[in-house]
Amino acid sequence: MSLLLDENSKVVIQGFGAAGQREAIICRDYGTNVVAGVTPGKGGQEIEGFPIRNTVQEAVDEFHANVSLIFVPAPFAADAILEANSANVPVIICITENIPVQDMMRVKRVLNNSNSTLIGPNCPGIINIGAHARAGIMPIDVYMDGNVGVISRSGTLVYEAVDQLTKAGIGQSGSIGVGGDPIIGTSQAQALALLENDPNTAAIVLIGEIGGTAEQEAAEYIKTMNKPVVAFIAGATAPPGRRMGHAGAIIAGAAGTAEAKQQALRDAGATVVKNPGEIGSQMLAVLKDQGLA
Amino acid sequence: MKLHEYQAKQLLASYGVPVPEGKIATTPEEAQIIAQEIGGKVVIKAQAHTGARGKAGGVKVAETPAEAFKIAEEMIGMQLVTKQTGSAGLPISAVLVEEAISIERELYLSVAIDGSMAMPVIIASQEGGMDIEEVAEQRPEAILKQYVDPACGFQGYQARALAFGLGLSGKLNRPATALIEALTKSFLETDGSIAEINPVVVTTDGRILAADAKFSIDDSALFRQKNLAELRDRSQEADKELEAQDAGIGNYIKLNGNIGCLVNGAGLAMSTLDAIKMAGGDAANFLDIGTANSPEAVVAALKIIGTDPDVEAVLVNIFGGLARTDIIAQGVIDAKNQGLIPQPTIVRLAGSNVNEGNELLDNSGLDFVRANGFAEAAQLAVSAIS
Repeated sequence: MSLLLDENSKVVIQGFGAAGQREAIICRDYGTNVVAGVTPGKGGQEIEGFPIRNTVQEAVDEFHANVSLIFVPAPFAADAILEANSANVPVIICITENIPVQDMMRVKRVLNNSNSTLIGPNCPGIINIGAHARAGIMPIDVYMDGNVGVISRSGTLVYEAVDQLTKAGIGQSGSIGVGGDPIIGTSQAQALALLENDPNTAAIVLIGEIGGTAEQEAAEYIKTMNKPVVAFIAGATAPPGRRMGHAGAIIAGAAGTAEAKQQALRDAGATVVKNPGEIGSQMLAVLKDQGLA
Repeated sequence: MKLHEYQAKQLLASYGVPVPEGKIATTPEEAQIIAQEIGGKVVIKAQAHTGARGKAGGVKVAETPAEAFKIAEEMIGMQLVTKQTGSAGLPISAVLVEEAISIERELYLSVAIDGSMAMPVIIASQEGGMDIEEVAEQRPEAILKQYVDPACGFQGYQARALAFGLGLSGKLNRPATALIEALTKSFLETDGSIAEINPVVVTTDGRILAADAKFSIDDSALFRQKNLAELRDRSQEADKELEAQDAGIGNYIKLNGNIGCLVNGAGLAMSTLDAIKMAGGDAANFLDIGTANSPEAVVAALKIIGTDPDVEAVLVNIFGGLARTDIIAQGVIDAKNQGLIPQPTIVRLAGSNVNEGNELLDNSGLDFVRANGFAEAAQLAVSAIS
């Protein structure tokens, strides 16, 4: 399960409100096995054909849920992640944005000693195209079955990159949105390792952003990789000190600039795209160069 | 959310961080009275959400209460322009009147969240009063760090290590340790994102004081920091940004260019600014409308953009996921019909319900420029102006 999600995934949705229900239906229609929703106090009900339970543990015991997809509002989202962790759900995907940073810091401390993997928060989730498995909020119809994997801090830039790839005739194995917050469960480097080891992925698009040093850590990993990586860094023209929507996207210090990240990625052997409109065409060139397209 | 220096000092003092004797004044009369109460020389400090105030004339010494009156009179009501504010500067509506302290040593102390470690980090240096980033780059050995393990909290030995590392031994060690512990506690309990004391001063009479203070609260935690949320000073924020917030659009930043942007998603919005720059233009704003799923929300956002006098062209770049492009298209049409965006309007739609969205635009009878990719959209926006 290199993309953390496949035919055997049984998804439980925590926070079965409007967004949770809408996405549950889209996931199910796509072919994903959504086994239950969790909303405390509504256990025993059935909504849109999905059984609802009070706790994640019940969903695990009864339906063998092994992926949790979280839509719980920000003030309660850390609690929801920890609940999934305590129920030993191996893959936890948190869509929620605006979770207090100090909440995530404590969550991360707990997850360091856990077998569960957290993706997000503030992310679009994961999709595995070959397996028709979607645990997230991405639009499905822009994807095309193939062997390029996409990793991104930003949600809409996943869609943008996938759209460009599809229009260039390049299909995708899937995508992992790691999230736009300063503290996230799975880093870009860790996501790269998942795709490097995924037999259905031959090349990778990595979309980073200004702020933090995650792209430099990703660059360190790229040095050890066999698969080609095409990278783009969003926010090259953003002014320092301003929060550009994502809490993680604040330039504080020289390492946070787009230039520093582009340089690190280039030095590691990645193909760095400067124009965001050229992600698809650059990947096509790389694939041709490597005899992969 | 940023606090003013006087608010930060009150907060720190409530946790036991020693600060200079002083009070906030909103009139010259008050400044004079405070100076009298303190006695002797005082420092008058303009309160604005910016650093580098000293060089910009925002920090002055008054020898007498009469002089305190005069300086306060000059400062209150002025626009303070520093190298961090931009040319318009920030309005000064209050000054902090403090005892003038006689400085023996200046040190640096701050707490922030280290995202890659996922822990708060206390940073200390003997090089107080300096730009700490410069120190970190040129002499990393001059920077001391202690991480706070979220599981067991900040420990006494860590505070002692920092205090001794700062050269604060003997009689100064205990107050220094207490100050570091108090600063850390204040940061953790208030959902701080940055708490910085630069400089921490050792006075010639043997006291340790926070001579300056910067404090920011995590915006995402304001729901549970209600007392601090009330300290927000809207006068320090750009008018257009306040207008956007009042309309429920959180992610709006005013920029210096002339192409107004409406985008969904922070990453796409940043990339749109990049694409405009690459096409030879400059964006007038950053605006992430998020998953706004009503035409009204789009109209409200376009009103902010369209009424910005700097905006000469409007670029709408939407990649629908949770957000549906047909709903966005309807909002753009409504805004155009209401005369809110008279500027040339370039629209690029992709993702969910894109065919329906484009059909709405085509059938509207309105003059939209349609773009396929967003690099093309940026180019069209730039050429619409030139």
